Amino acid sequence: MCETCGCSIGNNTEHNHHKSAEVHRTEHLAVSVMGKLLSANDEVAAHNREHLDQKHVLAINLMSSPGAGKTALLEATIDALSNEFQIAVIEGDLETENDAERIRAKGVPAIQICTGSACHLDAHLIHDALHELDLNELDILFIENVGNLVCPAAFDLGQHRNVVMLSVPEGDDKPAKYPVMFRAADLVLISKIDLLEVLDDFDLYVATQHLRNLSNTAEIIPVSARNTDTLTRWVNWLRRERSLQQQRREFVVSRQLAAPPPTP
Amino acid sequence: MHELAICNALIEQIEAVAAKQCLTNVARIIIRIGPLSGVEPPLLARAFPLVAAGTIGSDAELEIRTGTVQVRCLTCDCQSETTANKLNCNKCGSWQTQLVSGDELILERLEFYSPPRQNSGGLMQCVKPADVQ
Ligand SMILES: Nc1nc2c(ncn2[C@@H]2O[C@H](COP(=O)(O)OP(=O)(O)O)[C@@H](O)[C@H]2O)c(=O)[nH]1
Ligand SMILES: [Mg+2]
Ligand SMILES: [Zn+2]
Ligand SMILES: [Zn+2]
Ligand SMILES: [Zn+2]
Repeated sequence: MCETCGCSIGNNTEHNHHKSAEVHRTEHLAVSVMGKLLSANDEVAAHNREHLDQKHVLAINLMSSPGAGKTALLEATIDALSNEFQIAVIEGDLETENDAERIRAKGVPAIQICTGSACHLDAHLIHDALHELDLNELDILFIENVGNLVCPAAFDLGQHRNVVMLSVPEGDDKPAKYPVMFRAADLVLISKIDLLEVLDDFDLYVATQHLRNLSNTAEIIPVSARNTDTLTRWVNWLRRERSLQQQRREFVVSRQLAAPPPTP
Repeated sequence: MHELAICNALIEQIEAVAAKQCLTNVARIIIRIGPLSGVEPPLLARAFPLVAAGTIGSDAELEIRTGTVQVRCLTCDCQSETTANKLNCNKCGSWQTQLVSGDELILERLEFYSPPRQNSGGLMQCVKPADVQ
């Protein structure tokens, strides 16, 4: 890199790759930026998190490949928890167009995001959806992301937790094949475990090893939407996260109360 | 193809930088895309001209720097280079490591063609319409 002008034409330190400094000046002006490419998305995501924290809503970003069983698990989860919590779902997965209808049939509000052919949700889409929901009436918000193990991982939505689902038919090597997604997981759900009987080459131990190789200590919970008995750990995890979210909120409020009144 | 969305974000950021510096024509864009960023450099390189057409970046050359995955071991405290799906310590094998680099998604540097007419070089003072009257 040229040390006189910082431009990277030529790799010598002498400023002789232009005829003169004057010529150079009319060629390039280098500006060092060092800005995150998705900073605009990150800002909106932080804004979303503020909306959610203000109303102490816990937001879960649920990600998987298409057909892993996200909607089925949400239906079963609503059955298990709707007496305890007010739940809403933002549907971003267009693989099955009637996902939102399936959720509404459970008596829970569902906002369908039309992503067109997009491969991921972003913070702007979630922001618009949040303003369609009554957050006062809400304890837990699930975001069913687009079925895709690559793209959604790059976009912060303002969620509190990432839950990544891996279904038994997909195979136990997926954490090694999609490291970016599984590294971001706060919880990994192994879904369709009722199929372990027939697909006995799926090894929970191997899946766990691949996840640990990503230096991820997240809990791994096997579930089947077809058997409510398997949902206990998952439902308890949600209860715990929900009470953590409430504590976060109380901490913020108590700090605001303790702070001196703002000077006019 | 979220690479299109990334390119859109890139162009918007370039427009913001250019407006601040009163520059209009980008010659070179240097970005850093780590192996753990979730973005594929070849896909990004292919998406860029589609998004850049008709924008400030239409004549620009895009340079994508990839870099390596580096972790620091929480057990033996050494830093080592690893691969994206095996972030274990290279020395002791522990999987309790911290990522030092590899997940970058950064606009590092821009090089602009200077505006055609200029006083004596350097960055021109920005003259806003409000200053003129
Ligand atoms: N055997 C079995 N099938 C399931 C389970 N969960 C979902 N499925 C089936 O998998 C398919 C896709 O499920 P869906 O919830 O729409 O997946 P999504 O695309 O991730 O939302 C459907 O045919 C479901 O009936 C499960 O726990 N066990
Ligand atoms: Mg679905
Ligand atoms: Zn808002
Ligand atoms: Zn994509
Ligand atoms: Zn070590």
